[in-house]
Amino acid sequence: MNLTDALEISSCTDPGIVRSHNEDSVAADASTGLVVLADGMGGYNAGEVASGMATTVIKAEVAQILGNVEPHLVDEKTNKVFAELILREQIRKANASIYQAAQSQSQYAGMGTTLVVCLFYDNRVMVGHLGDSRLYRLRGKTLKQITRDHSLLQEQIDAGLLTPEQAKTAAHKNLVTRALGIDPGIEPELHEYSTQPDDIYLLCSDGLCDMVSDEDIALTLKALGRHLNLATQQLVQMANDNGGRDNVSVILVRILREYPAARGVVGKFFAWLK
Amino acid sequence: MAKLILSMDGLVLKEIPLGKERTTIGRKPSNDIQIDNLAVSGEHAVIVTIMNDSFLEDLGSTNGTIVNGNPVKKHFLQNNDVIELGKYKLKFLAEPGVQPATAADFEKTMVLRPSAMKAVAEQARAAAPGGGQQAAEQARAAAVQQAASAASAAGTVAKDSKAPAAAPSPAAAPAAKAPAGAAPASAAPAAASSGGAAAPAPAQPAAAPKPAQPLGAIQILSGSNAGKALELVKPLTTLGKPGVQVAVLTRRPQGYFITHVEGAKQPSVNGESIGTAPHALKDHDVIELAGVKMEFFVKG
Repeated sequence: MNLTDALEISSCTDPGIVRSHNEDSVAADASTGLVVLADGMGGYNAGEVASGMATTVIKAEVAQILGNVEPHLVDEKTNKVFAELILREQIRKANASIYQAAQSQSQYAGMGTTLVVCLFYDNRVMVGHLGDSRLYRLRGKTLKQITRDHSLLQEQIDAGLLTPEQAKTAAHKNLVTRALGIDPGIEPELHEYSTQPDDIYLLCSDGLCDMVSDEDIALTLKALGRHLNLATQQLVQMANDNGGRDNVSVILVRILREYPAARGVVGKFFAWLK
Repeated sequence: MAKLILSMDGLVLKEIPLGKERTTIGRKPSNDIQIDNLAVSGEHAVIVTIMNDSFLEDLGSTNGTIVNGNPVKKHFLQNNDVIELGKYKLKFLAEPGVQPATAADFEKTMVLRPSAMKAVAEQARAAAPGGGQQAAEQARAAAVQQAASAASAAGTVAKDSKAPAAAPSPAAAPAAKAPAGAAPASAAPAAASSGGAAAPAPAQPAAAPKPAQPLGAIQILSGSNAGKALELVKPLTTLGKPGVQVAVLTRRPQGYFITHVEGAKQPSVNGESIGTAPHALKDHDVIELAGVKMEFFVKG
């Protein structure tokens, strides 16, 4: 099912003010309903190699599989929707490729990347993430952080050692506890949410949410949500105006209309007519 | 090697190199640094040194440990920090030539591997059996320290390929973006072949304070709301009629900008259309938007 006219997508990635090169990668495909954002780490150019591998592998593989499998169907063996199985499998595959490259080539040793990926299908979105790249959702007037960072800071907050207020000024913001390409086996976190028309989904690297407050992000999305390109530019600009100390990447997805999966012979026929 | 200078009333008593991983300070003779003074507890404090980083920890002393005038429980020692124990002062001097790690060093994303955490946690549990909560907390702190020192170690590894291979500048400390757990093994060969300068260290603290900037406002000159004024406090303010003509005013460190958002016609400033690119606003510029004239001015 082609989602080009159900989703409006805008993305932007910027090295920021301080760093000379960009280790973030973004990829989006409105037809398959897939958006991927990765924030790489590792010496030399290994960071962008890792994040680039993650986004390209996942985008290409998912597009290919969606040609044969319908993501909303439930697998009888595992009792899970195929969207979840596909994303989990492809994240694992990307992890294996990055890990193998890191192991076999000395210049890539130790590289890794965070990841946040969304697959839109059947009025739903399957969200997978590893590390501290985030997904937010603006619904009506409320901005909500959907993903929970895999970071030391978040663990400290969960354990009650830090309040979210203290966390804003804490040191060691940068320590992630899960990432792609570091270990041979990984456990991506995957959740499904239902979407509504006019929802705006924001995928971002920590370069945005460390530099721009949630209130200012919400303000921008509310003011410019009908003009996604302006909104992405504005978000990146605000991160840079506030210091731009890290690479900044932003993907915005706006739900233009409902996009239920075509069910049964009649439904498929009408879908085919469209 | 980093060192401590012990002094009392301005008189230097001793110079103590921090060669060991743990350097204990206290009144009892078993301490590495013995200070025979009743204001000092038997086991007063300890300095843990990992690579080039030293951390001071108060061991529950009666009179507490003061660094640069502030009481501390745990403290990451920076060059020229002064530790006070009763009448005695210990000045911390980092190793010359080694740039002390700063907050900026830790900004790059790193992976804290669960396996590394576990190993450290087990060490801590072995060291403090039955310590429960405290042991867990120590393990966490130790894990952070270990990761942090791996980060500064990796600072010499994960370098920026585009930076010229020049003599290291004083700002050449950071660019640590190696997964912490994976760093030591892979560090050596990479360091040998890299030898470049790292990305410049940002000087700001972690939370960037917004620079003070003059506040702008607009005053409506025509239409039914004529005379009304609006302060432009927020980073962006939308103006106009949705569906007809909308523009956004953005507040930036360089000043205020107006950008066309929607509508067939772009807004005009001082009678000229601004086009689609952001337009910088000057004091007393007159904006015309959706048939309404308004004046932008800078409040003192």
